[in-house]
Amino acid sequence: MSIEIRGLWKSFGTNTVLKDVSLDVPDGELVALLGPSGCGKTTLLRILAGLETADAGDVRHAGEEISSRSARERNVGLVFQHYALFRHMTVAENVGFALRVRKRPKEEIEARVNELLALVQLDAYRARYPHQLSGGQRQRVALARALATSPRILLLDEPFGALDARVRQELRRWLRRLHDELHVTSVFVTHDQEEAFEVSDRIVLMNQGRIEQVGSPAQVFEEPASPFVMRFLGAVNVFQGHVEGDRAYVQDLEFAAPGGAGRTPAHVFVRPHELEIHRAAVPGSLAATVSRLVPLGAAVRVELTAAGNGALEVELDLRRSEALALAPGDRVHLSPRRVRVFPASADQGDSLTASGL
Amino acid sequence: MTTAAVPVPRAPRAGWSPGVLPGFGLSTGFTVLYLSVVVLVPLSTLALRSSALSWEEAWRIVASPRALASYRLSFGASLAAAGVNVVFGVLVAWVLARYRFPGRSLVDAVVDLPFALPTAVSGIALTAVYAPNGWIGRHLAPLGVKAAFSPLGVGIALTFIGLPFVIRTVQPVLEDLDAELEEAAAVLGAGRWQTFLHVLVPILLPAALTGFALAFARALGEYGSVVFISGNMPLRTEISPLLVMTRLEQYDYAGAAAIAVVLLGASFLILLGVNRLQAWARVRTGRA
Amino acid sequence: MSAPARPRRPGEDPPAVRIALTALALVFLAVLVLVPAAAVVVEALKDGAGLFWKALRDPDALAAVRLTLLVAAIAVPLNAAFGLAAAWSVTRFRFPGKSVLVSLIDLPFGVSPVISGMVTVLLFGAQGWFGPWLSDHGVKVVFAVPGIVLATVFVTFPFVARELIPFMEAQGTEEEEAALVLGAGGWQIFRSVTLPNVKWSLLYGVVLCNARAMGEFGAVSVVSGHIRGVTNTIPLQVEILYGEYQFRAAFAVASLLFVLALVTLVAKKSLEWRQHLARREGARRSPA
Repeated sequence: MSIEIRGLWKSFGTNTVLKDVSLDVPDGELVALLGPSGCGKTTLLRILAGLETADAGDVRHAGEEISSRSARERNVGLVFQHYALFRHMTVAENVGFALRVRKRPKEEIEARVNELLALVQLDAYRARYPHQLSGGQRQRVALARALATSPRILLLDEPFGALDARVRQELRRWLRRLHDELHVTSVFVTHDQEEAFEVSDRIVLMNQGRIEQVGSPAQVFEEPASPFVMRFLGAVNVFQGHVEGDRAYVQDLEFAAPGGAGRTPAHVFVRPHELEIHRAAVPGSLAATVSRLVPLGAAVRVELTAAGNGALEVELDLRRSEALALAPGDRVHLSPRRVRVFPASADQGDSLTASGL
Repeated sequence: MTTAAVPVPRAPRAGWSPGVLPGFGLSTGFTVLYLSVVVLVPLSTLALRSSALSWEEAWRIVASPRALASYRLSFGASLAAAGVNVVFGVLVAWVLARYRFPGRSLVDAVVDLPFALPTAVSGIALTAVYAPNGWIGRHLAPLGVKAAFSPLGVGIALTFIGLPFVIRTVQPVLEDLDAELEEAAAVLGAGRWQTFLHVLVPILLPAALTGFALAFARALGEYGSVVFISGNMPLRTEISPLLVMTRLEQYDYAGAAAIAVVLLGASFLILLGVNRLQAWARVRTGRA
Repeated sequence: MSAPARPRRPGEDPPAVRIALTALALVFLAVLVLVPAAAVVVEALKDGAGLFWKALRDPDALAAVRLTLLVAAIAVPLNAAFGLAAAWSVTRFRFPGKSVLVSLIDLPFGVSPVISGMVTVLLFGAQGWFGPWLSDHGVKVVFAVPGIVLATVFVTFPFVARELIPFMEAQGTEEEEAALVLGAGGWQIFRSVTLPNVKWSLLYGVVLCNARAMGEFGAVSVVSGHIRGVTNTIPLQVEILYGEYQFRAAFAVASLLFVLALVTLVAKKSLEWRQHLARREGARRSPA
């Protein structure tokens, strides 16, 4: 079932947490709401579930306006961040709850609970209580409970947030496989970009109550729509420069940057793995001094200082690093393979441009 | 670049919504209605009844020698009792929280007895024990100490009923205390006494003051446990609640109401103080 | 060979201090609480079990027991229902004036029992607001059972709500929200999710409420009129017997209330233990 969100506003007291949010989630897609804490992603999810009411705007499921329907009547599956399992009910009772309150026949409930417990591989735990389960098991019970009524929309609030790293890895892959099997339209909230990239079809980046960008994982990473997206999705070097006509300048360097008339200050962003290190000066390079080398396993992070730009970092693969044989104190030259230029005033606002070199 | 006049979306005014769980109207409606019928309306009659008096009449009642004597006794004995309870309450809390000894959990249960025991029973039991021929009173009498039927008896009864307050506010604070605090103080070179004075006392103070104020407020209004042991002599061992009772029995409703308002005002001021105290302690210790 | 002296940990007191403080605390509790409690039992049984039973089988005493049970049977369920409604309203919704509502619930705790009883008289007594209307219709509230019930309801008003509100606040709304999203209605959520979660807390509040309802003296004393066999509750019966110098009988009847207090303490301790276990479970449940 598709979801359409139009012009959603929400405030708590004087704090406006959603500002004119519009979004489409096509049928069967798995979408991640990604952003720092306090960006409004959880509030958006709760509005979709019917647990908060928006101040303005509307939400449609498959074209049907549902804002006036209570959470009880929406038939969406919701997995809470801390699972919210009923602590005095067994695993089987938790999973069967939605069917019991709908007064379904006993045999039907029994059959459905068995089916779901098999799906989440917890058949052996049906008589346990939530506090007797591990975090990953609770998470799976919560998911089975949410799926009991075969909802056509599944919402997950930080589904892996409370788990340790290894279990999280496993469950992510498992959730992706489950989604490929069930094809239920799913929206999940996360602040972890790796998680969003690994699991979702599309990513919705949110910041301060607004959507910054919507796109596939590759799109948002390769073509960030704003400085926020650029910064949020991994380490980045920022150079102070300016734009004049269709060119951007950082010291002596010059890049293509279609757009602005006249001279405006700009920020030029370069990812650490998109900076090249040379022993000798090459055209279009910056001088810098190596200050530290940090081995990261398959790669090496080189920390440098450059006059006028402060600290910079470059990520090299191991072979390239060995070939260069760098040591702290070495004078080197840096050339960017790819830059993205945003107006300096627009760290909050729209992009002027993002261009390749 | 052409900038079309894009309408800037305006934030709608946020109305409040109680939340999405069912039963807001029913539960809140019942709560407010029941609260009004059982508590607010009856209490407001008190204010109205006493406002039937003129200022001079009211002053004559609340400042009569008998009333003044009763305030002196009620406030004095309540203060003294709360003071004793602060000292011994912190001591008992310390012993219960820090030391392990046989029968500790029994002693812990005994602390709640003054809460659980109906005040009439406490009253006659204390009187029996502290009367001149009682188990303890007979040892006090030769020393010239008259415990029961004197202001001292009132103080004993008020100490008894206020006992759990200080203990039960200080004990959890002591139990939650991070052992690292005292260890840190010791590593920094503080002696045991210095640690107590500079580390523990500031932490215990808000709880002890809260317990003091609660015990004081409770003592001020206490009736049952006092009337038996005090002897109820006007001007000497008559507490203010008893004076209210006496006026009521004489059908002097306005007079009773006037003194009741004085008492109520005092206890609400104390409880207001407790609230402020707890807010202050929360800010100071960062406890939720 | 003696073991080498182990240096004390910073939080540890020397044995002498430990023993002295423990002894002082125990003596304080003994003199103030334990001796009077023992006195109730000893005085009740002093002249043999025969007289003890005779005092309890006295028709007036039996009537007092019946009235006390009746009053508690009305007041406790009313205030338990109120406690549940108030806790649901205050912890499950946000609305303006909520904090005022919460502090108003505590109001009766700050009111002297005598004043609690007095407001009933001011409302329903012969000179009260509804007094004339009531006497015209042949309804007697003051100096009758309804007045005793009203005064008891007032005095025990906050007990259940006071236990439930912090407990439900700490539990949060997630489980109820989960039930709602899963399609449960209001009563289904309340019965199958909320009630099982709060049952021990509720029971704890009910136990405390009941103890006060059965043991209340001051408030009931104002409205009862002390009519033997008709408007005397157990505590009032104790007072009357004591006033008539029938000490044996007074202590015999008082021992009923003493047993009630012991039962309350045991119930309180075991419920605290259960809550403690539940909290530990809860702590394991939620991530660190």
